[in-house]
Amino acid sequence: MAPRSDNSTRLSELRKKHGRPPASPSEPKAEMSPTLREEQPRFRGLESGHRACQGCGEALAARLVMESAGPDVMVANATGCLEVFSTPWPQSAWRVPWIHSLFENASAVASGMEAAMKAKGKNTKVLSFGGDGATYDIGFQSLSGMLERHHNVLYVTYDNEAYMNTGIQRSSSTPHAASTTTSPAGAERMGKRHLKKDLLSIVAAHHIPYAASASVAYPADLQRKVRYAMGVEGPTFLVIHSPCPLGWRHDSALTVEIARRGVECGLFPLVELERGALTNIMPIRNPRPVSDYLELQGRFAHLFKKNDYRAVEELDHLQALADHNIATYGLRGDGIDPVDTTGVAQVKRGGPLAGRN
Amino acid sequence: MREALEGSQAIARAVSLAKPDVVAAYPITPQTHIVENLSKLVADGNLHTEFVSVESEFSAASVVLGAAAAGARAYTASASQGILLMSEVMFNIAGLRIPLVMTIANRAVGGPLNIWNDQSDTMAVRDSGWIQLHCISNQEAVDTTIQAFRLAQETELPVAVNMDGFVLTHTMEVIDMPDQADVDKFLPPFEFARKLDPANPSTMGTLVDPNWFSEVRHSHHAAMGKALPKIEEIDKLFAKQFGRASGGLLTVEGDKKAKVAILAMGSVVGTMMAGYEDYKDEMPARIVKLRAFRPFPAKALRDALKGCEKLVVIDRAISPGLGGVLGTEVSAVLSTMDNAPKVYNYALGLGGRDIQASTYKDLLKAIENPKAPRFSIFDVDLKKLPPEDR
Repeated sequence: MAPRSDNSTRLSELRKKHGRPPASPSEPKAEMSPTLREEQPRFRGLESGHRACQGCGEALAARLVMESAGPDVMVANATGCLEVFSTPWPQSAWRVPWIHSLFENASAVASGMEAAMKAKGKNTKVLSFGGDGATYDIGFQSLSGMLERHHNVLYVTYDNEAYMNTGIQRSSSTPHAASTTTSPAGAERMGKRHLKKDLLSIVAAHHIPYAASASVAYPADLQRKVRYAMGVEGPTFLVIHSPCPLGWRHDSALTVEIARRGVECGLFPLVELERGALTNIMPIRNPRPVSDYLELQGRFAHLFKKNDYRAVEELDHLQALADHNIATYGLRGDGIDPVDTTGVAQVKRGGPLAGRN
Repeated sequence: MREALEGSQAIARAVSLAKPDVVAAYPITPQTHIVENLSKLVADGNLHTEFVSVESEFSAASVVLGAAAAGARAYTASASQGILLMSEVMFNIAGLRIPLVMTIANRAVGGPLNIWNDQSDTMAVRDSGWIQLHCISNQEAVDTTIQAFRLAQETELPVAVNMDGFVLTHTMEVIDMPDQADVDKFLPPFEFARKLDPANPSTMGTLVDPNWFSEVRHSHHAAMGKALPKIEEIDKLFAKQFGRASGGLLTVEGDKKAKVAILAMGSVVGTMMAGYEDYKDEMPARIVKLRAFRPFPAKALRDALKGCEKLVVIDRAISPGLGGVLGTEVSAVLSTMDNAPKVYNYALGLGGRDIQASTYKDLLKAIENPKAPRFSIFDVDLKKLPPEDR
């Protein structure tokens, strides 16, 4: 790693090159020219400068969702990290109409907003955001109600697999064997004793037009799913696997790598369901063992303890869960596919499917 | 037009006259006929509104919150357990200062389960920050409902219109139902300046830290204070247009010069007025009909009780371990009054126990005894209890 002083010189050079304002008044002001990011015609619904942790998967996911959803939206956000880090009064990182009411009612608030749009004859799409606690647990009933009543709302759950905002307590989305503050690993326990709730199947069982899973490791795929959902009239649902460096106890530079391994090992399958039927999957080109995914995270450290038969057992258990996902959804690809886990991550002129019939 | 209507039916008609954009409701046990009647009006094409049949009272309150925040005129109704389930959302609606209207068909709160009338539901959300008005008759409830929509809009605060369950909601009464054209003149279309709007994006319901929270509460408290004259003003405007008022903040009925007074909210006021007619020669009393419970009209109350020596406050709810809720509040307000009347706080008619016109006489008789308790559940029958519970 370069010494700190070198880094600051480099930053200063970058500022000059890209026309950023000088970091200090003594630094000569560079000629202003837009940065690459500013030149791109992206809609920045969630602006930078918010207070998410370094490497926050949820912040990355929310930014990607907002870029694809566009400006003619309004958001109902459940209580959670996303709400807290983006809106410390009197600041807000949102460039769209945004409301937070409670932990468990984002779907119902969104239902009301959508009913208002309908009553007023407006087409503004209503989005509803919640973490896994707000979606899998406390807001589960209002989510089901919203889906059943067929409100034209895109619900996005940022799944970081525990209550991170309150101090990393287990939720029904926490994976089996993960250690959290309320499912700690110890002499008698190997982390969470129960399985991760299969919310996507429950949501799909409402026979809504579109339900899908996505991952921050695959932004193009994630954004395609958001764009598709935006075009659907009726309830749509997206669960986005969003690593949390604090709660998963991993290096904040590894967020995307860990998310990718989560998909590649089969523990977090990327699938799409329409009216309850499976319509698309992202094939895994080279399935990895689950240990590749688990070993980078402190919440699974107890599974790698030497000479503990329980650790071996739980690793086998998690591998079996991943194998089950791969078999159930048919995730094992047959050869090289431009939209499999390796292909979709590669930039290809004309898009991933260019040249395909 | 005058017609005989059940209370719930009359309220549904009054709500439809206000042309709400969004109505959300859930039939918790116990529930009222208000939303059934509204559904029928929608089904018959007599009311054009987005009717959202939610999966719980919690979502009913949340749907109207979202709808009003997005700029729609919104309405819901509930009672009893439903109010308690809604309570978290009710505090939130008021804290976000979202204007909407709810009818509370006042009923007891369990356990044990009791679906009949008292006011323990609304007292449980006393501090939610809503404007809370109480009606003594179905006519008043109809008129107050129409006023409430204007009041909510002009104060940017939610308004709860309380009417006693069964005693009012399930009772037929001749109602002078206002004409649509007159209501349209009285009630302008819904406008909410802070509404969620992509053309002018704003953030609502942020995280507010200790540096700002006191200021938030102060401004809410101040807004409630400013609502006091608004309640009176809107009632006066209503009276001007429709020829009858609903009682502003409070009114004094009965013998306005009497040295003893009875204060109450809701339908029991009507019962006491009937008692006054029966016994006024031997036992004249002032009847203070309190309409605004929040904001609490402290000054108006002190003015209404000038020259009064003894005051009976009828409570339709109790705070176990303290006494009555309304009685405690009235005592607090009178503590700054010179020559304040002595307050006797009696809880009556809990869980739907019948209150008769003759109760008027019984109450006034009871406080003639110098040893009369300052609080009791007036109509309790101790003989029904084991000795250790008496």
